[in-house]
Amino acid sequence: MIGNLPFLVVGALFLIGLAAVVFERNLIKIAIGVSLVESAVNLFLIVLGYRTGGAIPVFTMAGKTQTMVLPTPQALTLTAIVIGLATTALMLSLTMLLYRHYGTLDVREIRRLRG
Amino acid sequence: MYLVALLLLGGILWQGLVSVHPFGDPGEVPMDQYYLEKAQPEKAANNVVTAIVFDYRGFDTLGEGAVLFTAICSVAALFRQGGHGK
Amino acid sequence: MKPMSVIVRTVSNMFTWFLMVFGAYVIVHGHLTPGGGFQGGAVVATGIAFLLVAQGGDRLLPWVRPLYLTFLESLGLLAFLALGFLGVRRAFFYNALANTGSFWFGQPTPLGANSGVLGTSGTIALMNLAVGLEVMAGLSMILLVMFKGIRLYETQGKGEAGHDR
Repeated sequence: MIGNLPFLVVGALFLIGLAAVVFERNLIKIAIGVSLVESAVNLFLIVLGYRTGGAIPVFTMAGKTQTMVLPTPQALTLTAIVIGLATTALMLSLTMLLYRHYGTLDVREIRRLRG
Repeated sequence: MYLVALLLLGGILWQGLVSVHPFGDPGEVPMDQYYLEKAQPEKAANNVVTAIVFDYRGFDTLGEGAVLFTAICSVAALFRQGGHGK
Repeated sequence: MKPMSVIVRTVSNMFTWFLMVFGAYVIVHGHLTPGGGFQGGAVVATGIAFLLVAQGGDRLLPWVRPLYLTFLESLGLLAFLALGFLGVRRAFFYNALANTGSFWFGQPTPLGANSGVLGTSGTIALMNLAVGLEVMAGLSMILLVMFKGIRLYETQGKGEAGHDR
C-alpha cells in the first residue's frame, strides 16, 4: 500500500475538491473546487506513465542511452489542461454576470429569488 | 447524507487505486515502444511529446483548438454591451 | 484598476521584455526542447497580464486593441487547419515536409542523442507557430474582455455592493 502513495494522494485531492463543490455556499469557492478536481485528474494521468530511473522523452542533449518515461500520457495531459482552462474562464464569467444581476454570491439565495 | 455518500466514494476509490500497477513499473507497453523508436527516423523530430501531439495524434489537437476558440467566443459574447433585443 | 507605484511600474517595464522574448523562444524551439505552442502562448499571455495589473487598464487598452487580437487568433486557427490539408494525398494531417530536403524544415535528423538541428521536422515546427499565435491572442483577449466588463459595471454607479454574508 505504501508503494502506491502517489495514487492515494490523487484520490485525496479528488475527494477534497468534490467536498468543496458539495458543501460550500459561495460561488467562487465552488469554482475553486472544480479546479481542484481537474488538477487531480491531470496528476493521475502523468503518474500513470512513470518508469523508475527514466529520463524525459527528448533526444536533444540526452546523456548516455537510458530508459525513458512513457510519452503518451504527457500528450493527453496537455489537451486536458487547456480544456480545463476554458471551463474555468466560462465559469468565472458566468459568476460575474450572476453577481451583477442578483447582487449576492450565495447559492441558496439565488435559488430562491428566481429572476 | 452527503457525507455518507462521499465516504462511500472514498472507499471505492481506495479499492481501485491500490490495485493499479505498482508505481514506477508499467510493464510492457507496445504503443509507446513504437513511438520512442520510430519518431526520429520517420518524423525527424527530437521531441517525442511534440511529435505525438502534433503529428501522430494531430486530430485531437484540432479538436482542442476548436474548444479553445469556442470558449473565447463565448466569453466575448457574454460581455456585450449596447441595445439588446434589436 | 489604478496603476501601482513607481517601483512596480519600472520593474514591470523591464520584466515584460524578458517574458515576451522567453515566450517566443519556447514557441519557436518546440520541436527540439520541451515546450511548444501551448506552453509558449501561456507564457506570453502571462506577460500581458503582468502589464495589465501593474500599469492599470486605462493605459493598456488603447495600446492592445481587442480587434487586432481577434484577427490574430482567427489567423492562427486557419493556418493550423491549412497545414493539415498539406499532405492530403496520403492522409489528413500527414507530415509532407519531413525528410524531403526542401527549404521549409526538411532536413533529416541524426539518430540517437544529439544537440538539435534547427531545420528538422517539417510541419511540426509550423504548427507550433500557428498554435502559439492562437493561444497567445486568445488568453489575452479573455483578460481584456473581463477587465472591460468590470470597468463598465463600476462606472454605472453600483460599485462594490454588499457581500454575501
